[in-house]
Amino acid sequence: MSTNILQKELLGISAVWWREFKVFWREKSRIVSSFVQPMMWLFLFGSGIGASLSIGDINYRDYIYPGILTMSVIFGSVFFGLYIIWDRKLDVLKAVLVAPVTRISIFFGKVLGGCTDVLLQVLILFAFSFLFPSVNPWGIPLALLILLITSIALVSLGLALGSLLESLEGFQVISSFLIFPVFFLSGALFPIDDRLPSWLQVLVKINPLSYTVDGVRGALLGIHTYPFYVNLGIIAFFAATMLLLGSILFSRMK
Amino acid sequence: MAIIETRSLTKTFGKIQAVRGIDLNIEKGEIFGLLGPNGAGKTTTIGMLCTIVRPTSGQGIIAGFDIARHPTQVRRKVGIVFQDPTLDTILTGRENLQLHARLYGIPASVRNLWIEEMLELVDLRERADDLTKTYSGGMRRRLELARGLLHRPAVLFLDEPTLGLDPQTRARTWEYIRTMAKREETTVVLTTHYMEEAQNICNRVGIIDAGRIIALDTPENMIDTMGGDIVTIQAPKPPLNQIRSLPYVSAMKTSGDTIEITMKSAHLHLAELLSMIPEVISVETRKPTLSDVFIKLTGHDIRDDAAENSESWVETIARYRQRGK
Ligand SMILES: Nc1ncnc2c1ncn2[C@@H]1O[C@H](COP(=O)(O)OP(=O)(O)OP(=O)(O)O)[C@@H](O)[C@H]1O
Ligand SMILES: [Mg+2]
Repeated sequence: MSTNILQKELLGISAVWWREFKVFWREKSRIVSSFVQPMMWLFLFGSGIGASLSIGDINYRDYIYPGILTMSVIFGSVFFGLYIIWDRKLDVLKAVLVAPVTRISIFFGKVLGGCTDVLLQVLILFAFSFLFPSVNPWGIPLALLILLITSIALVSLGLALGSLLESLEGFQVISSFLIFPVFFLSGALFPIDDRLPSWLQVLVKINPLSYTVDGVRGALLGIHTYPFYVNLGIIAFFAATMLLLGSILFSRMK
Repeated sequence: MAIIETRSLTKTFGKIQAVRGIDLNIEKGEIFGLLGPNGAGKTTTIGMLCTIVRPTSGQGIIAGFDIARHPTQVRRKVGIVFQDPTLDTILTGRENLQLHARLYGIPASVRNLWIEEMLELVDLRERADDLTKTYSGGMRRRLELARGLLHRPAVLFLDEPTLGLDPQTRARTWEYIRTMAKREETTVVLTTHYMEEAQNICNRVGIIDAGRIIALDTPENMIDTMGGDIVTIQAPKPPLNQIRSLPYVSAMKTSGDTIEITMKSAHLHLAELLSMIPEVISVETRKPTLSDVFIKLTGHDIRDDAAENSESWVETIARYRQRGK
C-alpha cells in the first residue's frame, strides 16, 4: 500500500517535470535568448573591458566566464520559479493542484523541471568553453555540480516568491531589488580582495552566490578565495534552506 | 448508500457567507443539477466537494471518504471541469491528457488506450496533436470534459460546462455528457444557467440561492408544483375577479393588457375561460419550465444574471478569456 502511494507520488513528480521540459523545448525563443544574452556579456562586455584589463595573467573575458555561467543560473532559475505567478493567472495550475498528488510532489516536480532547463542552458555555454583558452575542461563536472545545487536553491526561491506574489508587478521589483544586486555582489565581474571597500566586502560575504562564483572559478580557472568544500558546504546549506522554505510556501499557496 | 452526502456544509470568506449549510444526498448514477443565480454559491460548493476549498464547517462524504479528513482519496474519486478554462495551452490535446493521466496515477499499461478512447469520445482525434491554443472554444471544452473523465472518476463535477458555447455545440456537449455518464456509470453534478438544458438532462435539480438550497426535486415534480399550464391572454377588459374564482385557476398575474393564468388541464377548460373574456386579441398556452419555477422561488429570473437571452456577452467573455491565454 505505502509503496503504491510512493509510486504515485513519484509519477506525479515526473508528470510535472515532463510538462516543464515539454514547455521548455517548445519555447525555442527562450532557449535562444538564454544563450545569446550571456554570450553578449562575454564578448561585447568581456572583450571590451578585456582589451585594457587582465586579472593576474588571465584575460578579463576568461575571468568572468564563471561569473556569467552563474548569472545564467541566477536569472534562469529565479525567473523559472516566478513563472508560476503567470501559470496561476491563467489557471494552468488549477487542474494540477486538484490532482491526488501532494503539493510537495508538485513543488519537487517544478524544481526538477527548472533545474533541467537551467542545466541545459549551462551545457550549451560549456560547449563553447573552448573559446576561452584559460578554462580547464577537466573542471567542468565540478563546476556543473556547483551550478546544479545553486539552481536547486534559486528555483526554490523563485517558487517561494511566486507563491507569495499575486501579480506580475512583483516581477519587476524582484528583478531590480533582488536579482541584480545579488548578481553584482557575487564577484561575478570583479575579484574580491582587500582593495574593495569594506562595506562591499561584507555584502559580498553574506551573499551565498559569491560561493558559487568562487567555486566555479576555482574549478575552471584554478583561482579561488575559499577551499572547495567550504564553497560546496555553504551552497548546499543554502539549497536545503530554500527547498524547505519553498515547499512550505508552495504548500500554503492560495 | 448515497455517493455524495453533505451535512450543513458551510463556507464563509471573511464577511461573505458563500454557502450557508447545504444538505445533499446524491445517489450513484444520478445526473444532478445545481441551479442558481450568479454568486449563489455553486462554484464554492463544488470546490468544497473537490477538496480545493476548505469548508468552514459541516461535513461532506464522497464515495465513503470524508472531504476534510481524506482529501487525497476523495480526489482520486472525482473529476472536475472548472468554470474557467484550465487547459495547458502550450501543450497539445494529447499531452494535456498524458499529463493528467500521470498525475492521477493511471498505470502506463492502459494510459494510451484510455487516452485514445477519450479522444474518440469527444471527437478530437484528428486535432489531438495540435497545441490546444489553436483549438476553438468548443473543442477546448470537449477536451476538458475528456480530461475530467480520463481517470474514470466515480463523480464528475461540471461547473458551467457549456458556458460560452454556441447552441449547437451546447446540445452536442450535453449529448456527450449523457453518453459518458451512462457508459462509465459516472455520477454527474453540474451547474448551468441554461434552464431548459438542466430540465432535459438532470434526474434531479437543487435550486440554490444566497448559499442555501431552497428546492430539491426532479424537474417534473418541480414543474408540477407550478399548478398546471400557463395561459397568456391579451385582452383589454378581462373580468379578473370572475377568472380568479374559477376552481381550475391556480394563479394569476397581470401586466398591462396581458394576463398570465396558471391553470390545471388547459386543454379541457380553455374554451370556457375564453368565452368569459370579451375582445381577446391573442392567446398562448405553454407548459411551465424550470425557469418559471425558478422565478417563483427566487423572485427573479436567472436570465437577468446569466444572459440566456443575450448570448452575445457570454460569448464576448468567453472570447476574451481565450484571447488572454
Ligand atoms: N475566494 C473567494 N474569496 C472571497 N469571496 C469569494 C471567493 N470565492 C467566492 N466568493 C464569494 O462567494 C459567493 C459565492 O460565489 P460562487 O463562485 O460560489 O458563486 P456561483 O454560484 O458559482 O456564481 P456564478 O454563477 O457567477 O458562477 C460570491 O459572493 C463570491 O463573491
Ligand atoms: Mg460559479
